[in-house]
Amino acid sequence: MGAETWRRFRRHKLALAGALILAVIALAVLFGPLLWRVPINEIDFPAKLQGTSWRHPLGTDDLGQDLLSRMLYGGRISLAVGLAAMLIAVVVGTAMGALAGISRGSVDAALMWITDLFLSLPQLPLLLLIIYLFRDSLKMLVGPEVGVFILIVIVIGGFRWMPVARLVRAQFLSLREKEFVEAARALGATTWRTVWRHILPNSLGPVIVAGTIDVAAAIIAESTLSFLGLGFPPDIPTWGRILFDAKDYLDVAPHWAVIPGAAIFLTVLSINYIGDGLRDALDPRKVM
Amino acid sequence: MSRYLLRRLLIAIPSLLGISVVLFTVLALAPGDPFEELATNPNVPAEVRANLRVKFGLDDPVAVRYVRWFSAMMQGDWGFSFASRIDVDTLILQRLPVTLFVIGSSQLLALLIALPVGVYAATRPYSLFDQIANTLAFIGFSLPTFFTGILFILFFSIYLDWLPFVYRADISATGWRWYWEHLRQAIMPIAVLGLFQGASWTRYVRSAVLDVIRLDYVTTARAKGLGERVVVVKHVVRNALIPVVTLVALQMPAIFGGAIVTEQIFRVPGIGSLLISAILANDTPVIMAVTFVFSCLVILCNLLADMLYGWLDPRISYR
Repeated sequence: MGAETWRRFRRHKLALAGALILAVIALAVLFGPLLWRVPINEIDFPAKLQGTSWRHPLGTDDLGQDLLSRMLYGGRISLAVGLAAMLIAVVVGTAMGALAGISRGSVDAALMWITDLFLSLPQLPLLLLIIYLFRDSLKMLVGPEVGVFILIVIVIGGFRWMPVARLVRAQFLSLREKEFVEAARALGATTWRTVWRHILPNSLGPVIVAGTIDVAAAIIAESTLSFLGLGFPPDIPTWGRILFDAKDYLDVAPHWAVIPGAAIFLTVLSINYIGDGLRDALDPRKVM
Repeated sequence: MSRYLLRRLLIAIPSLLGISVVLFTVLALAPGDPFEELATNPNVPAEVRANLRVKFGLDDPVAVRYVRWFSAMMQGDWGFSFASRIDVDTLILQRLPVTLFVIGSSQLLALLIALPVGVYAATRPYSLFDQIANTLAFIGFSLPTFFTGILFILFFSIYLDWLPFVYRADISATGWRWYWEHLRQAIMPIAVLGLFQGASWTRYVRSAVLDVIRLDYVTTARAKGLGERVVVVKHVVRNALIPVVTLVALQMPAIFGGAIVTEQIFRVPGIGSLLISAILANDTPVIMAVTFVFSCLVILCNLLADMLYGWLDPRISYR
């Protein structure tokens, strides 16, 4: 399946370009801080709000801090939040969808009711409410950075599992009636084994696509929270946070706002295109 | 139709109850006392505080508190804002019209973009127009609203100096000038929200129309000699809109999220920016009330979507 998927994925030129750009961004934020060793919080007032220069390739902010190193550091957090939140959403969604898909009757109905309820919750207000209520105590429990990270990842992931659950349930409903599942059952496989070995691997295609899109959505959600000033604390420069700090200096230092915004946009666009390419590659009915 | 509507209304009640349970659980699970403002105020002596706790029933069992909170919410008794020193419901009623105006007009704009572009692209699949529309749609919904807002401010307010970037509720002009000023300051927030929604809806409309346009009844309509225009507008679009309505209704929470961000960027005095300022001011009653209002709005929009189904798809009403 891997080689065939890759062959089909390559045909989607924009998805390939997206994968390339995302790889560059990921490598830059992973290894960039090792090469570009300017500290993220070195305050240098004479050099504040500068544009591009040799000493500061992306310019500086209102405290004269180097934007390149802040962007590289922030990218790590943004990508980490995106991946971790996606994992939570996919795991919870797959579990809920699988449970609803194999159990008939009231369990299925109840789980789907919960899914629909979560789908109609106003997500951003609730995200803000939960972060407002729990931020301080989690900060005291495990420290500001880890605390906010855990909280944001859990809350964003916890509000994004519903589409995955619906996809998995739909896949289960059709797959569990298929002959190969029946054959496995006739050979004496337990329910657990049929689900784990036969149904689940076959239902993962749409989940992979949804998971890819979820990474982008989680990155946007984290940036939105930081942009509203309610995400990570000020000393942790995520991309959304840099944008939030920059928005009061739009007239004197537009580059400060444009750079993190463009980074978020490029990342999200690449991920969305990758998702689009995967959708084409993983759909066996699609004729390339 | 009316029986269908009544049934839909009855189905909305459990969701409202469910959402209120989620909201209250979050509040009840929160560490510390959400009504801490009174508790930490050094001017309030200990026995007064204890009396206040008894008076507000803060030490009662959770179920009792939930029932009391929910019935108070339903009766419009939403408490008293710590920060603004007025009743929460008057505060929200002052702010709600602006939010509804901005969201409503932006959805209209999104519809005006998505419907023609999506239908036109789907009738000519893989043409140049389709490819350009598709690329623009991808860019449109990958641009987060907060970044579009900042780009708009940079370009239209700072570089060109055409539009104001702070929304003012107290415009002193009268007559036509008043409307003109309001329109001018509303253009950017509405455009930011509308373009974002329009981009994702364009894709929905396109794929929905593509699904319908190959069906046999469309061929029949063409075969009996109807013009292409009539076939598309009267036969295809109406059926294609049914799945689009579902997707739009599912997106409603995201639309309100975008509205909060947009209101915050352009300082639109709506309930979204009220929520943010309430959170920054630890104003728990306002936060709870605004979240509750947003939940009610989502449910209301789902109801509207159900009514639209009934109109678009006559088979539904008889079920």
